[in-house]
Amino acid sequence: MEKFETLTAVAVPIDGVNVDTDQIIPARFLRTPRKQGYAGFLFHDCRVDQQGRAIPDFALNQAVYAGAGILVGNTNFGCGSSREGAVYALRDYGIRCVIAPSLGDIFHNNCLKNGVLPIRLTDATVAALRDAIKARPGTRVTVDLPAQFVEFPNGERHKFAIDALNKRCLLEGLDDIALTQRHAGEIAAFKEAYKRRRPWLFQPAPAGR
Amino acid sequence: MAQPGREEAQDSVMRPRTLFEKIWDDHAVLALESGETLLYVDRHIIHEGSATPFERLKDAKLGVAEPAQTLGTADHYVPTTHASKDLFDNPEILRMVQQFEANIAAHGITGFSLGAPDQGIVHVVGPELGFTLPGTILVCGDSHTSTHGALGALAFGIGASEVAHVLATQTIWQRRPRTMRIALSGHRSRGVEAKDVILAIIGTIGSDGATGHVIEYAGSIIEEMDIEERLTVCNMSIEAGARAGFVAPDDTTFAYVRGRRYAPAGQGLDQALHAWRGLPTDAGARYDRTVDIDGARIEPMVTWGTNPEMNATIGSRIPQPAEMPTAAKGNAATQALHYMGLAPGTPLRDVPVDIVFIGSCTNSRIGDLRRAAAIARGRQARVTAIVSPGSAAVARQAEAEGLDRIFIEAGFQWRRPGCSYCVGMNGDLVDAGKRCVSTSNRNFVGRQGKGSRTHLASPTTAAASAIAGRIADPREFAAA
Repeated sequence: MEKFETLTAVAVPIDGVNVDTDQIIPARFLRTPRKQGYAGFLFHDCRVDQQGRAIPDFALNQAVYAGAGILVGNTNFGCGSSREGAVYALRDYGIRCVIAPSLGDIFHNNCLKNGVLPIRLTDATVAALRDAIKARPGTRVTVDLPAQFVEFPNGERHKFAIDALNKRCLLEGLDDIALTQRHAGEIAAFKEAYKRRRPWLFQPAPAGR
Repeated sequence: MAQPGREEAQDSVMRPRTLFEKIWDDHAVLALESGETLLYVDRHIIHEGSATPFERLKDAKLGVAEPAQTLGTADHYVPTTHASKDLFDNPEILRMVQQFEANIAAHGITGFSLGAPDQGIVHVVGPELGFTLPGTILVCGDSHTSTHGALGALAFGIGASEVAHVLATQTIWQRRPRTMRIALSGHRSRGVEAKDVILAIIGTIGSDGATGHVIEYAGSIIEEMDIEERLTVCNMSIEAGARAGFVAPDDTTFAYVRGRRYAPAGQGLDQALHAWRGLPTDAGARYDRTVDIDGARIEPMVTWGTNPEMNATIGSRIPQPAEMPTAAKGNAATQALHYMGLAPGTPLRDVPVDIVFIGSCTNSRIGDLRRAAAIARGRQARVTAIVSPGSAAVARQAEAEGLDRIFIEAGFQWRRPGCSYCVGMNGDLVDAGKRCVSTSNRNFVGRQGKGSRTHLASPTTAAASAIAGRIADPREFAAA
C-alpha cells in the first residue's frame, strides 16, 4: 500500500447527501480485473449522460478540478454496497483523501486498506470547506496526517481523529495481513481455548453437494 | 496491550451486558490500547466476486487459514434464466464463475456453483444450511451480511481487502461500534409484512440514523416474527447505516436451527443451547441509544425516492420537498422525484409500473413466495413480473408446493436463484426510464440499471402491483 503522510492537492466538492457506492461506481464495471485500472469508472453515470456525452455540471467534468486529490463530500458519503471498487475508482483517479461529515462504515474501512485517508469533520466545518472551494474552484487544500489536521484555503486548521492503528498503517504503508500475522501466536492460543468452550462450532462439516 | 481474554470476561460476569457485548467479548483475541480489537471470525461466506482477495493471497503466497469455517456460493453474477454453464452468453461472467470454482477447489472450501443443488444467495444459503449460528461472528464481502443477525449472530459486511484478511487469518480488526436498541411494541396489523416494518424503521431513523451502531431489534413485533421475517428486517440494517443488526436468539431461533445440515446435533446441540440461552441482553444492561416505535401503527410501505429512507405508507401521496425537515433533505427529495419522474402530491397508488421483481436476499424465501403466490393465484399480471427464488432449495420447495405453476399461470416468469434484478450484475436490468416495484433493498439511482426507477416494497405489495399494473395495496387483494 502506498504511504500517506501529507498531501496538498486540488479539492473537489461533491454536494449530495447519501452519495452511495452505486453512484461512485455502477455495478456493471465491477467485473473488471483490478489491475486494469478503475479511474474511468469513477462517478461514471454522473459524469456521462445516456448519449455518452459529458455532463458539464458535474464537478469532476470541470477542467478546474482536473487532477483533484481530495474529495469533499456530504453526510453519509459512500453508503450502501460494500464494493471496494468504489475506492479503487477514487484511488485510480488520484483521490487520496475523502472529507465528509459522515461516511459509510464499510467504505471508510475500504479507504484505509487502499491508502485513501477518510476524514470526518463536523457538518458545519465540511460545509464551510465546500463553500470555500466553490468560491475559488481549483484551490488547494492541505491534509497533514502526522499532525492530524486539514488546512483550509484561508489558513484555518481543523483537527481530525483517526485510530492509531489505521494511522500507522497509512503512514508506513503497512499491509494489515502482515501486521496481523505478527499476532499469530495469540490467534492460535485464542482458537485453542475458544474451541474448548465452543466445541459445536468445530464439528466436522458434512461434505457439500 | 490489554488482553480481554476469558479471564476478564469471567471477572465481568456480574456486570449486565448486552447481546452485542457478550458476542464481542467472546471473540476478542486482543485489543490495542488505541481502541482496535482483533476479533475471531467463526463463519465466513464468499461469493464469485472474490477474485481480487484470492489474487491478493496468491501474490503474498498465503493460504486460507480455516477453509472449514468458510463457505462459498455463486450468486452475484450468475444468470437466472438458465442453470447450465453451457448456456452462458457472457464470457466475462463465465470466467468469474470458473475462477470462483477454481479458487474454492484450490483451498479446500466447500462451495456451490451454478446449477449445484445448494447454490443460492449468500444470505439465504447460510441460514438455511445452519452455517449461520447464534452467538457467532459471521462476515461476508457483501453489505447485506447483517441479514444473518436474525439468528443472533453478529454479522457484518466487509470489503475485498478485508475478505483477503479474513481468508488469511480468520480474524478481523474492528473498532467497537455503539449499540442501539430499536423496540417495536404492539402487534402487526393485517397485511403488514416484515419488509414494511424495516422500511418504517428506516423512514423513522433515516439512511444514516444508525451509522457506527449495531442495532438490536426487540419488542413484541420482533418476538412474534418467524426467522424468515427477522432475516428480512436484519437484512436492511445497512440501509440505516448500521454496522450490523440482530435479534436475541429465542425458542423460535433454536427451533429453526435444529436439524439443519451444518448446525450442531446431539451433545453439541445441548452444549450450544446452554450457551445460546445466555446470549440475550441482561436486565439493566445499557445501550448507547434506544428508539421506541409503535409497531401497531405500521402500514404497508413503498419507497418513492432514491434511497430507502424516502418511503411512505402505500395509501399516502408523494410528499412535497418543501415539507422535508431540512433544506438538504428537501433538495435531495427534489432531485429524487426528478429522477423518478414523479410529481409531489400524486397518490402512490396511481403510479403505473412497468416491471415487478420478487427476489433478492431481502425477500426471496419460501414464506415470501407463498404470500406473493397467494395474491397471484388465479389472477393475471398486467406487466412483466419476475420471481427469482433465493436458493435452489427454496426453488425446490416452491416447486413441490406448486408455487411455480401459480406464478407461471398468472403470467410471472419463474427464474433460477441469484442476486438478479437487485443489483443487475448478471445482466438482469431494468431499462432506462422504466419503473420497477422490487422486493430488493436498494432504490439507488441506477441500481437496477442506468436510468431505472425502483420502488421498494414487500412481496405481497409487489405481487399486487404486478396484477394491478400500478403500485397497489396488497390488502385489496385478498387471496382469490
